[in-house]
Formats: sequence, structure tokens, C-alpha cells
Amino acid sequence: MTQTEIADKEKNIKILTGNYAAAHAYMQSRVGVISAYPITPQSPVVEKISEFIRDGKLKAKFLLVESEHSAAAACCAASATGSRVGTATSAHGLMLMYEMLPWASGTRLPIVINLATRSCGAPWSIWDDHSDFIAARDVGWIQFMCEDNQEIYDTNFQAFKIAEDPRVYVPTIVAYDGYLLSHTLMPVQLENQENIDAFLPPLKHHINLSDISQIKGVGPVTTPNIIKREEGTAPGYYEFRYALQKALENSIDVIKEVHDEFAEKFGRSYGNGLFKTYKTEDADTIIFAMGSVSAQTRTVIEKLRADGLKIGLVTLRLFRPFPVKYLRDFFKGKKNIVIFDRAIGYGYEGVLCYELKAALYGLQDPPFIKGFIVGLGGRDVKGEHIIEGVHRALELSKKGEITYETEFLGLKLDELDFLD
Amino acid sequence: MVNVMDVREEEFINPGTRMCSGCAMALIYRIALKALGPKTIITVPASCLTVLHGMQGFCTTKVSVLHTPFATTGASASGIVASLEEKGLADEICVVAFAGDGGTADIGIQALSGAVERGTNFIYACYDNEAYMNTGVQRSGSTPLGAFTATTPGGKIRPKKNMPKILEAHGIPYVATANGSYPLDLYEKFQKAREIKGSKYIHILSACPPGWGYDPKDTIKLGKLANDTGFWPLYEIINGKLIISKDSKKYLDPSKRKPIQDYFKAQKRFNNISQDEIEVYRRNIDDLWNDFKRRLESQ
Repeated sequence: MTQTEIADKEKNIKILTGNYAAAHAYMQSRVGVISAYPITPQSPVVEKISEFIRDGKLKAKFLLVESEHSAAAACCAASATGSRVGTATSAHGLMLMYEMLPWASGTRLPIVINLATRSCGAPWSIWDDHSDFIAARDVGWIQFMCEDNQEIYDTNFQAFKIAEDPRVYVPTIVAYDGYLLSHTLMPVQLENQENIDAFLPPLKHHINLSDISQIKGVGPVTTPNIIKREEGTAPGYYEFRYALQKALENSIDVIKEVHDEFAEKFGRSYGNGLFKTYKTEDADTIIFAMGSVSAQTRTVIEKLRADGLKIGLVTLRLFRPFPVKYLRDFFKGKKNIVIFDRAIGYGYEGVLCYELKAALYGLQDPPFIKGFIVGLGGRDVKGEHIIEGVHRALELSKKGEITYETEFLGLKLDELDFLD
Repeated sequence: MVNVMDVREEEFINPGTRMCSGCAMALIYRIALKALGPKTIITVPASCLTVLHGMQGFCTTKVSVLHTPFATTGASASGIVASLEEKGLADEICVVAFAGDGGTADIGIQALSGAVERGTNFIYACYDNEAYMNTGVQRSGSTPLGAFTATTPGGKIRPKKNMPKILEAHGIPYVATANGSYPLDLYEKFQKAREIKGSKYIHILSACPPGWGYDPKDTIKLGKLANDTGFWPLYEIINGKLIISKDSKKYLDPSKRKPIQDYFKAQKRFNNISQDEIEVYRRNIDDLWNDFKRRLESQ
């Protein structure tokens, strides 16, 4: 890079919240249709987009609909008509969209949702955890969790490119912690439009109803079996869903490829595109987490290492498809894994915890795994909680004691006087 | 007034749909698509019309159709329109939502209300067979008083929701009623709606042999009885102005209307309707037409 190029790049560093980073990414992705409904903590995304449209910076159609269910339905329809489509939501908004999530993936519509994560009521809580993100796990979407505002900005371009890849055509969620990122200012390196356009060319949609010379029935009835007629052969529901699963499995290569291309073009990378590692080279104990929990953990790794622990951190970036093969390769030979989950699979345990346990099934000399719940409903996740969890896990590991009881760190039951 | 010779010859539904014999909706859809022409995109929620469109891989119609979940019809149409606007194709291609009465009066009313409140440039057509026929005849908000359904075995105890009135209250430029037994009137209304910018709503009575309990050959007769008894008046409200359609106009004179019992007797779903309920119908029909009269005089 020449001196002028470096100076140019520096001029493009803006101090942005996570929400505004997402809005800038939508603008620079040249999104054609946006349909959204206000919900805390996502609302500033769509407010900012409204300003971009007013100022002529973004030539998109913005549908201000009457609910998230309609927002998602309108996104599906606009995508099927051939537009690049995005929306943003949180918690109850995503819950209300839920019906449309498998509809979008089943129709293979490359929609992007920016999700500012928030806990789901009742009771009401507008604060952060990952329960909304986790709820979208089994509907056939690609799911990214970001750790800082730069990653939100960068991941959005990658998300469109991945979702729109003809080998994929799967909708994608780009998530980031509500308030902790959505409302926190950080420096974000913005890229020139020209370079973004070169990285993310216009959408070539496989459906595109706006081309009325091609008559299509999109999303009609299927049967349990294949139908053969003179006019052709129609797959059954089973074949459609098999294709979706295979597209998700195969998307891992595309996700890595797109990540690497982005890294080469813009000079920023996120581990192998699937997960990031921190001080793991010599580590026998690994903390496994995602989003803000990872950011918090990073700050105590030094302290734990100073205490003599050979400890590192793995931050999951791609939650779905779950990068099983790469995680197995990474964790082979590791001694302990300590998992901090900001979401719980109620009635079982932390979600990352059971996902990773399943992923490592059958490894020889498998690592000892202990998971903890942290920070539901916006409860602060403090360095001391991470340290407490690590020590507790190592103690259990030493004894070889596998526990099935879910442990919540940072609970304050002792402050509830009515429990006496 | 459209003459039969004016009706487009070209068909937009391929022969051999999966509709029941005598289905008024199949006829309504056929006529509507002729009026709309080839530059049309349809969106359809879960309903009998989903069944008409047949199986994945085979498109029954000669225009594209986007299927969408039950509650979303208005939003789905909004998304198509937004995309066409983005592409500069909105003036060329007409977007039409076609839903049943449950999808319109019940589960889809929010998305419909939102779409027309936003002034979405589209036609929303409700074919009203007065119950959830596709799932096996359960009551909807549009099922009339006293009608038997699988979930109102003693007859429905509440009257039908007046959807055209609700849509009119949104202040949209075009609201009309239609009836499968009056195809030229229906054709003209769809043609007219296609030319008007903004949200257009057409509510169409659609007789249903298995759901209403009559011989499929009597579909046209049933629709005509609904008109002749004054139960289903044909009208348009164009920018707030009421126009009673030609085929219903004479029923402004109550003596010209057939007794409502003639309509009830022709179908089994009203077998157990009580005398009191018949009285309610008589009163409601009189009130409806008196309101029309007053409105026509005042406008």
C-alpha cells in the first residue's frame, strides 16, 4: 500500500455503533428492498437506513410494515421477485418472524437478517443474551455471531456474497450482542464503494419473478413422493430438504473461500472464517464461547496465563452450519474445554456446550468438557465469572467428575430476601 | 358494461385443475386472470387456490404465482410491489393477491390492513366461500349467521364480518363486491381495478358445493339467489362514491327481492336455521339496502 492509499483508508475510519456498522454495510451492499419493524435494540439500524434513503445515498425501497411477521414475508416476496433484500430485528421480532424463516430457506432465498441479540420474554427484558439467535438454529439458515463492530460491517458483505452464491442460496443471519455491540461506539474501517462493488457484484437470483417471460409457481404443494408426468418430474418435500441440508454442509467451503477473498482484498480476517483462536498454540485448556462473552474472556486470558495456566480461547463465528470437521481437528489432543453460554437449551444445558460435546463424539482421548451459563437477560459477564468457571472446570477435570447439573455463574440468589 | 365479446379469449389457467366440480372459485379465478392479462404476478396464501395451482414443478397458470404462508398475503404482495418498484417495473406489472375468506377476514387481516394503509399499488381479491373449506369446512369470521360448519355444528351464532366496509374505512380508491355467477361484472371490476393506482379490494362470493351442501350443477343458481334475495349486493365504491352494479340495482326496491328463505332452502348448511335468525337476516338485509339508498341520495 502506498502512503496515499494508507491516508485514504484512514480517512474512512468512522466511530460507529454496531447498529450503524450494519446500516452502513446494507447501504454499501446496495440492498434493493428493506422491510422492517421497530424493536429494541435493533431500531437504530433501520432509522439510519431511512436517513441514507432520504439523503439519496441508498436507492432502496423501504417497506415500513406493521409487524415483523409481515417484514419477513415482504422480504421473502421481494427476494423472490429478484431484489437483494435485508432486514434487522431482535428477540420477539425474530420470534414473530419464525414462521417465515423455514419458508425463506426452503425457497432458497438469499435474504440477510441483522440480529441485535436480546433475551426473549417473559419476563420482559430488553437486554442481551443469545436466546433469540439460538431459536433460529433449526430452520436452515446460515448463522454468524460477531464480536466487534468491524466484524459486523465486514461479515455483512460476506453474508450477501455467501447467501447469493449459486452453490448456496441460503438465507443468512448476522448477529451481534444487543447494547454491548449494537449501542457501543467503536472505530470501524469503512471501505470504498468501488472495492465493495468489486467484491459483491449485483445479485443473480435463481427465481426472479420480475422476469415475467419465465412463468413460475414458487413454493407450491409437494408430496411425500416424487411426481412424474409427461411435463417433467417434481421432487418431493424430502428431496427439497435434502438439497437444503447439502447446501448448508457444502456452504462451509464457500464461507471459507469468501472469507479468504475478503481478507485478501481488505486485509482483515476472522480466524479461518469459521472460528477464531487466541493464544491456543501451546494451550491444553481452551475456553469456547461466542460474541460478547468471548470479548470479555479475551481480557482475562493474560491473567489466567500469568497464574500458570496454559489456556487459550476459541470464538465461534459460524454457528450454522456448525463447523464440525474443523472443530474436531482443532480440539483433537486438547485436555480441557470450558464453555460459557449466553443461551440455554431449557431442560438440558448451555447450547454451545451440547453442540460441541456432540461434535467431538468419538474422538480418541476426548477433552474434558464443562459448560456454564452466563449473562442471561443482560446480567454482566465479568472477568471474575470466567476465572471462577475455569477454576471450577479444572478442579472437576482433575477429579474426572462429569456433572450434569447446569451451573449459572453470576447468580445472586443470596440477595433475594424473600427466599429466606 | 363489458360485453361477452370483449372478454379475452386467451386462457390463463391450464385445463385440468384439482378443484371440486362446481367450484365457483375456479370460475372466478379464470375470469379474473383473463381480465388481468399476462403482465400479472399473483400471490396466494394457504387456501383452496393453493390446491388449484397443483404440485411443485408444474405451474397451472400462465402467470407466475408466489405461494406464501397463511397470515402474510398483504405483506407478500407488498414485497413483490417493492421489488418491482426498485426495478422500475411497477407500472407495467400488476400485482394481485388472491386469498380465501379465512385468509382475509381472520388470519390475514393484519397484513392486509397494513398493506392498504401503506397505499400499496396492488389488487387484493378475496374469494369468499364463507368457511375454511380447504381444511374441511370450519367456521371463519366470514361464515354467516346460522350456517352449519364442522366447528359450528349447531349453526354459527354470530353474523358475518363485513370486510368491504372495513377496507372502505381504510380510505382506499377502489372497493368492490362481485359474485361468481356474474362473470361479466367480475371481469369489468378486475379490469377497472387494474387501471387504478393504489390499493384495490374486490370481495367475491364464491359458492362451494361440498361446504354449503348442494349439487355442483347448482353453483350458478346459488350465486344468483344470493344476489336476488339482496343478501349479496354487487357494488363499487370508487374514491368514496357508491355505485350499485347493474345486476343488483333493481333490489333497491325491496319488493323485487326474493325471500331469503329461497337462498337458505337451496343449501344444507342452513337446514337448522331458526325463525329468529331468519328475522335477523330480513332486518339486516333491509338495513343494508336502506343504508345504500340514503348514501346514494346524499352523494
